[in-house]
Amino acid sequence: MSAPATAATLPATEEAVTVVPLRRAVGALLRKDLLVELRTLESVPGMSLFALSTFVVFHFALNRNSVEGDLATGVLWVTLLFAALLGVNRLFVADAEEGGVDGFLLAPVDRTAMLLAKELTLLCYLVVLELVAVPAFALLLSVPFAHALPDLLLVLLLADLGVAVVGTLVAALAVQTRARDLLGPLLGLPLLVPIVIGAARASSPLLVASHAGTPAARWLAMLALYDLIFGLIAYAVFDFLLED
Amino acid sequence: MYGKGLRSLSIATVVAVVAAFTLVFFYAPLEAEQGFLQKIFYVHVPLAIIALCGFVLGGLFAIAHLRTRDQRWDLRSYVVIHMSLIFALATLITGSIWAKGSWGHWWVWSEPTLVSFLIVFLLYATYQPLRFSIEDPERQARYASVFAITAGAFVPMNFIAVRLASQYLHPRVLGSTSNLPGPMALTFLVSLVAMALLFATLCKYELTAKSTRFKLRALRRRLAGEQAQRGARRRSAVPEPHSSPALSARVAGGGAST
Amino acid sequence: MAAVEVEGLARHYGEREALADVSLSLRRGQTLAVLGPNGAGKTTLLRILASLLRPHGGRVSVLERRLPEESWQLRGQVGLLAHEPMLYRSLSAQENLRFHARLHAVGQERITWLLERLSLSERAGEPVRSFSRGMVQRVAIARTVLHEPELLLLDEPYANLDPAALELVGPLIGAESRRTRVLCSHDPIGALREADVVLGLREGRVAVQGPAHEISVEQLEALYR
Repeated sequence: MSAPATAATLPATEEAVTVVPLRRAVGALLRKDLLVELRTLESVPGMSLFALSTFVVFHFALNRNSVEGDLATGVLWVTLLFAALLGVNRLFVADAEEGGVDGFLLAPVDRTAMLLAKELTLLCYLVVLELVAVPAFALLLSVPFAHALPDLLLVLLLADLGVAVVGTLVAALAVQTRARDLLGPLLGLPLLVPIVIGAARASSPLLVASHAGTPAARWLAMLALYDLIFGLIAYAVFDFLLED
Repeated sequence: MYGKGLRSLSIATVVAVVAAFTLVFFYAPLEAEQGFLQKIFYVHVPLAIIALCGFVLGGLFAIAHLRTRDQRWDLRSYVVIHMSLIFALATLITGSIWAKGSWGHWWVWSEPTLVSFLIVFLLYATYQPLRFSIEDPERQARYASVFAITAGAFVPMNFIAVRLASQYLHPRVLGSTSNLPGPMALTFLVSLVAMALLFATLCKYELTAKSTRFKLRALRRRLAGEQAQRGARRRSAVPEPHSSPALSARVAGGGAST
Repeated sequence: MAAVEVEGLARHYGEREALADVSLSLRRGQTLAVLGPNGAGKTTLLRILASLLRPHGGRVSVLERRLPEESWQLRGQVGLLAHEPMLYRSLSAQENLRFHARLHAVGQERITWLLERLSLSERAGEPVRSFSRGMVQRVAIARTVLHEPELLLLDEPYANLDPAALELVGPLIGAESRRTRVLCSHDPIGALREADVVLGLREGRVAVQGPAHEISVEQLEALYR
């Protein structure tokens, strides 16, 4: 196949040459990430196993067979948070070390596609993690919340969105540094404190056997606000992390 | 470029600090409940306010850096954040002293401002490790700016979140700056101004020192570069003495387009 | 018709000059060979032309687009073959190419055609990590020309390729492809043979420059001493 258009027919238009729509680009990136994860199983199994082990450690550390209320909340969110950070650490590693972000940068796509795709990837990891960890939590530590499940799912969703946004940003920052495995959690933990606050306060009334309450609206609102603000910030600054 | 005005700023700072000290020790009345210890309020709260403003300012400078690509904004952002981190540490220490004096504990979770400061401090403490673990200087500056913007936006969010979460065991004397009687308000204001001037002066010092060092290095480099170029011309890559005049002119002159 | 116009290009890495006062001009259909020792700035130049790095001084225009202002208009028009193959080792050749094809809105037929041309069809479904270096290079070349770019930027493209493979890639990225190319190489003889214009860099500065027929192999070899 010979080279296409000569100089005379080259378009000199003003608008961007974004041949590929955002949705398609995000789809392509997401598929690639999930496919790589399926093949290498580097993130999700590790995250899940880590969560299970942590519950066991908590059993021994707290010397309890069952937890409820604030104690249950604490165990659950600390475990989920640290398991999530494991996934965050690996989020951009395959791209930085093998695939090369350059290939993406040269394609006629909006760079936001990478941000969205990675956030969705991390979100998928978190959902799978929770599918394993939350039932295990109920089982291992006899936590009673079956009746409050829908509310708990809502809290989990809002928290996951926040972790996905901040985690992606932190992962992108950390992957270019020499001490990437250390800096990821160091950057991520303070930034995620508001999520812990909101998620813990919201789910605390749910994890009780008798007279379980509903999550106070203010915590859900706080989580949603956090997700929105950081979603916008990530959108604004992400491009600057990709270029050279 | 940063040097001018440094002396007058320093003088103003000294004057303000002395004035603040005088007012704190001789003018402001002793507070009924806490006595002499309460005077730490005049140091602790201005430190807190200035540190927070500094962090937000660092974020604003970072935005300017990303928009203009001018490295000077990055330098300003770095210095301001660096200084704010020190002021934040001082905030934590003075807050802790006050807590110990007032309630007998070196740390209290019930004071939302203090708790928020701890989180913010932990976050910004990663700023320098982040910077210095990226080798490429341009990338380092860019990533630092992204961090400064994210963290700067995080500061208000964090304060709201912690405030919501705190259980108030005691009335918030530590943080409340409203409803201050006249003499206290004046003292507080002067302290605040003194702290702001101190911050500005220290930042200016650091900016001047760093900027001078960079200029010196740039001059040294240019000198070395010119010397190297003169040497390079002597050992040009064209071995034949009878190369075409056009080509040797190009080699000597650094090459025009063919 | 200028494909690449560079004037007084400068790029620094902190305090070090990666490129200084580099000027060149390349017309469509021509090949530019860039030579020089490691660290001379060849890769930096290539990445600037690919719009992956910003110029810190001077003027650059590629395919009549000014960089960096109009770099987004260059997307999809340039094919870069770098040192790293830019392939996911756990994915197969087919999956890697499919991923890139989706990002460039290229169809499966093109992938199939390229895989056949490069003798990769048989093992296209195996993970890249099981490939030899030569095969990896061929997949990387497929990735480079997948979207039929106007300009090829090739960083030592013939490394790891045996003579049979060289024949396969020739029509795609070699002189026979008749595309506009910028080629980084360590091989003065091969470079002079393929190139229309030659640029020799040393320590970020132009040491040798001119049409290929005016440059001798000795001049280029002197760059490395």
